[in-house]
Amino acid sequence: MVGWGRKLADLGVMGINRRNAEYTLAYNPRRYYPLVDDKLRTKEIALAAGIPVPQLYGVVETEYQVRHLPVILQDHEDFVLKPAHGSGGDGILVIAGRARGKFRTVSGDLLAREDINHHVFNILSGLYSLGGQMDAAMIEYRVIFDPVFDHISHQGVPDVRVIVFLGVPVMAMLRLPTRESGGKANLHQGAIGAGIDLARGVTLNGVSRQGVVSEHPDTGNSIQGVAIPHWQTLLSIASRGHELTRLGYLGVDLVLDKEKGPLLLELNARPGLAIQIANAAGLLHRLRLVETHSQKLKSSEERIAFSQEHFGVKEK
Amino acid sequence: MNKTHLYLLAGILFLAGLALFGYKVLVLNFPLTPGAESYSWNVEAKVTFLAGKEPVKVSLFIPRSTRRYAITNEAFISRGYGLITATEDANRQATWSTRQARGLQTLYFRGEVVRVNTREPINPIQPPHLLNPGFYGAEQAAAQDLAVRIRRRSADNETMAAELLRLLNRTPADQNVALLLGKKPSEEAKMELAVRLLAQAGAPARVVHGIVLKEQKERLPVIHWLEVYNGKWWQAFNPVTGAPSIPDNYLAWWRGPLSLARLTGGTDLKVTLSVTREVEAAITTAEIKGQIKKPLLLRLSLLSLPLHSQQVYRILLMVPVGGFLLVILRNIIGIATFGTFMPVLIALAFRETRLLWGIFFFSSLVALGLAIRFYMDRLKLLLVPRLAAVLIVVVILMALMSIFTNTLGIERGLSVALFPMVILTMTIERMSIVWEERGPFEAVKQGLGSLLAASLAYVVMHNRQVQHLFFVFPELLLVLLGATLLLGRYSGYRLLELLRFKVLLKDKR
Repeated sequence: MVGWGRKLADLGVMGINRRNAEYTLAYNPRRYYPLVDDKLRTKEIALAAGIPVPQLYGVVETEYQVRHLPVILQDHEDFVLKPAHGSGGDGILVIAGRARGKFRTVSGDLLAREDINHHVFNILSGLYSLGGQMDAAMIEYRVIFDPVFDHISHQGVPDVRVIVFLGVPVMAMLRLPTRESGGKANLHQGAIGAGIDLARGVTLNGVSRQGVVSEHPDTGNSIQGVAIPHWQTLLSIASRGHELTRLGYLGVDLVLDKEKGPLLLELNARPGLAIQIANAAGLLHRLRLVETHSQKLKSSEERIAFSQEHFGVKEK
Repeated sequence: MNKTHLYLLAGILFLAGLALFGYKVLVLNFPLTPGAESYSWNVEAKVTFLAGKEPVKVSLFIPRSTRRYAITNEAFISRGYGLITATEDANRQATWSTRQARGLQTLYFRGEVVRVNTREPINPIQPPHLLNPGFYGAEQAAAQDLAVRIRRRSADNETMAAELLRLLNRTPADQNVALLLGKKPSEEAKMELAVRLLAQAGAPARVVHGIVLKEQKERLPVIHWLEVYNGKWWQAFNPVTGAPSIPDNYLAWWRGPLSLARLTGGTDLKVTLSVTREVEAAITTAEIKGQIKKPLLLRLSLLSLPLHSQQVYRILLMVPVGGFLLVILRNIIGIATFGTFMPVLIALAFRETRLLWGIFFFSSLVALGLAIRFYMDRLKLLLVPRLAAVLIVVVILMALMSIFTNTLGIERGLSVALFPMVILTMTIERMSIVWEERGPFEAVKQGLGSLLAASLAYVVMHNRQVQHLFFVFPELLLVLLGATLLLGRYSGYRLLELLRFKVLLKDKR
């Protein structure tokens, strides 16, 4: 066991204690957390900075407002209902369309209006929020993902997670929903994470809860070698997440919409560590490298260039 | 933050805690280990009878404080009865009386028996007067023969009693003894005969009736003993071996030829004695007090608190220990639990149920609660009402479980009532959310993690040695705080993370 620890440390694999003690605690001042924990505020500041986000259809903040829900929903066939303070993808309901007066989820279940209301009530009472405090439910545009991912995705929307440290993208992965994850893109829910070569924007091997995978379990197609469109734009949005929030260590979640292109989905002040397994690489060496060079990197472009120069996969 | 600052602070805490600890151990001779196991006992006498239409009077002998045991916290449970307690000779007696009672009557006497072991010398008592042995005819001749025999073979009252007991217990029985006792005599009859024979031989003696203080499931038998006046005090004799001693755990209840309870105005009198054990801190405390030389520090210590508060602090001081254990389990090993300190509270509840029953009750409560919680999910309740509903269900389940296990005769089931129900409710709620969002595997994994943490916390927190150390040396909390601060900056891998990231190692080779 001790031997493993030493080898992992050599690889620069970061454990949760180190992430908390040396990165999130040290680089993420608590006062900026609300910017990322409240997805409504994230949306606000992103829009103010000209970063595209999924359109907000409406917000339900009190139990009373639940009766206005039909007004918000009437013009939209499909939408996403989620808690403004949710964490880890909990409490997100994706409605893909309507059938027989009911709402159809991505997985094909039919939900009555009452079910939707119940879900909103649950969100409002803080069931999914971090500290259990009162929450708001937001209804927003459902992303229609870029067809490039069609063959390696099941139901939900694949997204790109980028770890950004002091504005420098240090690691990225593509998260692919599976049948097991119920259309959600979170790894702990059963989604697949595929590492991304930061230099070229091409996927590497994938990882699931069970271990390393190279094919999507539901479609059987290879996960490896998929070129992600708009890669430079994605990196640029990710990098700007740092300026937006002033959080040093940040997880940026992005999606590729078929029509609207890259959109900023949400930000995360405590991004998970499974990304290291997806990339078969440790974060620590990269973070240390950025720490020593961050003074010289003034602009977003410089930071991305630095990232692509150092953190791309070396040709074998 | 500055690491030296932290190390300095932790160092100071360590130093302060250990210095005080060392001073108390080396200079003041505070004991490092708890004394021998010591307990207090709850004794209960339950008197039942059928009352007729006449006035009722019930007398019950109750134990009195002796040199070895003190009776405290006495309670009489007897609605509608007048109560008088009186001490006569060697006995205490409670007398209940009422003019109106009908049907089955149940009266209780309860008391707490605490070991005292006085070291003061015994005060000699006046010689008691000799009873009339009451032998007539053929019996008198046999008794006289036996009395002469034991007198001849002994030097004083004590040796005479020993000789008599040997004679009485001999098999095959002596002819005279057989005549006086008949076939298959009870222990009580034997002791009563011994008293009369000793009276015949000129030695005052009496029968002691009492119980053995140990945890017993069935009805508690009354054990009869012999006491002989040796010129200064009453000396007890083992009725079987004849040795002049009394077992440590023997509690004398009453003395003399009368029966335990007597009733006028009713029928079907029954008395059941029972005893349960309670771990008692008071005695160890008293022992510790005796060993410490400087009273000033004692006055400033937890030992100066009233006994009841001491008991509370004994447990309270274990909570930080449990918290520290959780730091290790969560941050060093990486076990996932529901709620940060939930396992500590569960471990506290295990104190009453003991470990195995605790695990059983906890698991079944959570499992049943979960099943009901899943059902409630269909009712689409708002969060707070739903939590309240689960809380109500949890309390009902706890009550049902107590009743059910009680009917089965499992005593431990009663202590399920001490489970922290709010914590249980939150656990059930969290578990059902995790179940839905992340699947049953994750939910069960976290549930088992919590249970494991609670069990480990129980083992550590209910270790007598650990309890003793932290109670007598609360300054060790400073050391614990220092260690916690240091662990707060531990940024190495968690043990379970090594397994999680192991795939990365294979990849490279």
